[in-house]
Amino acid sequence: MATRQTSTLARFMMAPSVILLLIWMIVPLAMTLWFSFLQYNPLNPIRDGFIGFSNYALFFKNPAFAASIVNTLVLVVAVLAITIVGGILLALLLDQPLWGQGVVRILVISPFFVMPPVAALVWKNMIMHPGYGVFADIARFFGVQPVDWFADLPLTSIIIIVAWQWLPFATLILLTSLQSLDGEQKEAAEMDGAGFLARFWYLTLPHLARAITVVVLIETIFLLSVYAEILVTTNGGPGYASTNLPYLVYQKALLEFKIGQASAGGIIAVILANIVALFLMRAVGKNLDK
Amino acid sequence: MARAVTTRHKTIATIAAWIVALLIFFPILYTIITSFKSEQEAIAGFNLIPSGTLESYAAVEAQSGYFKFFLNSVILSLGSTVLALIVSVPAAWAMAFSPTKRTKDILMWMLSTKMMPAVAVLFPIYLLFRDAGLLDSRIGLTVMLMLINLPIVVWMLYTYFREIPGEILEAARMDGATLWGEIVYVLTPMAVPGIASTMLLNIILAWNEAFWTIRLTTINAAPLTAFISSFSSPQGLFWAKLSAASTLAIAPILIMGWFSQKQLVRGLTFGAVK
Repeated sequence: MATRQTSTLARFMMAPSVILLLIWMIVPLAMTLWFSFLQYNPLNPIRDGFIGFSNYALFFKNPAFAASIVNTLVLVVAVLAITIVGGILLALLLDQPLWGQGVVRILVISPFFVMPPVAALVWKNMIMHPGYGVFADIARFFGVQPVDWFADLPLTSIIIIVAWQWLPFATLILLTSLQSLDGEQKEAAEMDGAGFLARFWYLTLPHLARAITVVVLIETIFLLSVYAEILVTTNGGPGYASTNLPYLVYQKALLEFKIGQASAGGIIAVILANIVALFLMRAVGKNLDK
Repeated sequence: MARAVTTRHKTIATIAAWIVALLIFFPILYTIITSFKSEQEAIAGFNLIPSGTLESYAAVEAQSGYFKFFLNSVILSLGSTVLALIVSVPAAWAMAFSPTKRTKDILMWMLSTKMMPAVAVLFPIYLLFRDAGLLDSRIGLTVMLMLINLPIVVWMLYTYFREIPGEILEAARMDGATLWGEIVYVLTPMAVPGIASTMLLNIILAWNEAFWTIRLTTINAAPLTAFISSFSSPQGLFWAKLSAASTLAIAPILIMGWFSQKQLVRGLTFGAVK
């Protein structure tokens, strides 16, 4: 149907966004790649120059690097586990006939709309504070010593906060998918005498598989770059106990001004994200063909 | 339905759902409650009934000029959204109505730019912004937010536009509509709901963006994300004020979010779950 004229026009209409994204993708990333081979310290430029792969070696040798990779992965996996399992349970619950379903949905989805610094500070000060937080109040009520969350369990605390932010997202996606499940199939299974668990395992879960995949992949992209939550709560500490890869790169770049090493870390983060991205693109791409 | 829903079943499900929902919502609820307490009340132990004082709200504005940050948030999220729409409406339109063999590849490539971790380009962007004099400027940050949300905007618009039946266009062409007429009188009315949903989701995403908005601003262009983050330094116990600032920062987006649940699913899953 497309004539030559309209296809030229189409190309013209796409040009601005394609060019913008092309610049956005290539220029800064090329700079990072270049910096990653340099000794580059804006505060002490005397020894600046090309040093090959030394930054990568330095970054790998830094004890904080191993810690940050482990923390990044623990954070991603733990939050995924909590939000997927919790999200499925919540979606199943919200899919039941309820009084006030609309309000319940609104309450459950709300944390997703809270900006990360607010979420983190509210949890840090009002919920988890060892002296005045709600958890401490509860602990004292039961006569237990309150937990000093961010000092004793820094990574766990951040996992709790981030999981709270992403549980609504998982629930909403899974609930949407659940509601598209064919009612007749469910009834047929019920008539055949399939119990709740059997129905869940053989009917509901396979139906949810696609939505679960999407949730896992999208959350992973965002969870790989958790930043503000760490910045306003633990600052990566104590030590490197809650430093993830993005936070380490930020520290190297803007606090220590070791640009070369930070860039090497940035490139590693890109590689990590790309591995995940590859899977996501495949899942989304399949859907396009339908 | 074959199975009659028993009242007992519904009652149990309702009670369970409400308990869980209130637990999940509790941190937000408690923040709102605390914002109506005095500072002494706020640290006096667990208490769900505030005295109803507005002193924290007054103090937030008086001490830190809250309104300026709020205004920056509005300017940045609206500005970046409008910019993104201007750039992506034609692109999505072209891809939906004159698709070529490469359209899918272009869409996938656009999506892939969204996967780049922000931190990997933190220093180059910082450097470019500094040299261009764009650090702490609203223009720079608006462009930044536009760029990071552009792939999602194009994708969302594309999935909406694709649902507009092509026959309508052909009919309009048969009736002698010009390309311009086609766009203004036929497509626009059908596209408005999709564009509105896209706009809503993009405003939410831009409002809550908490990496570039914190790192590229200091005072002048700082939006609420940066303002709230400044509360993290231990400067004493100002929880009522923190709560008031937080409540104001999340309220507009919370309300918008409640209206955009469906679009959210669609936008954030790139049309993979509807």
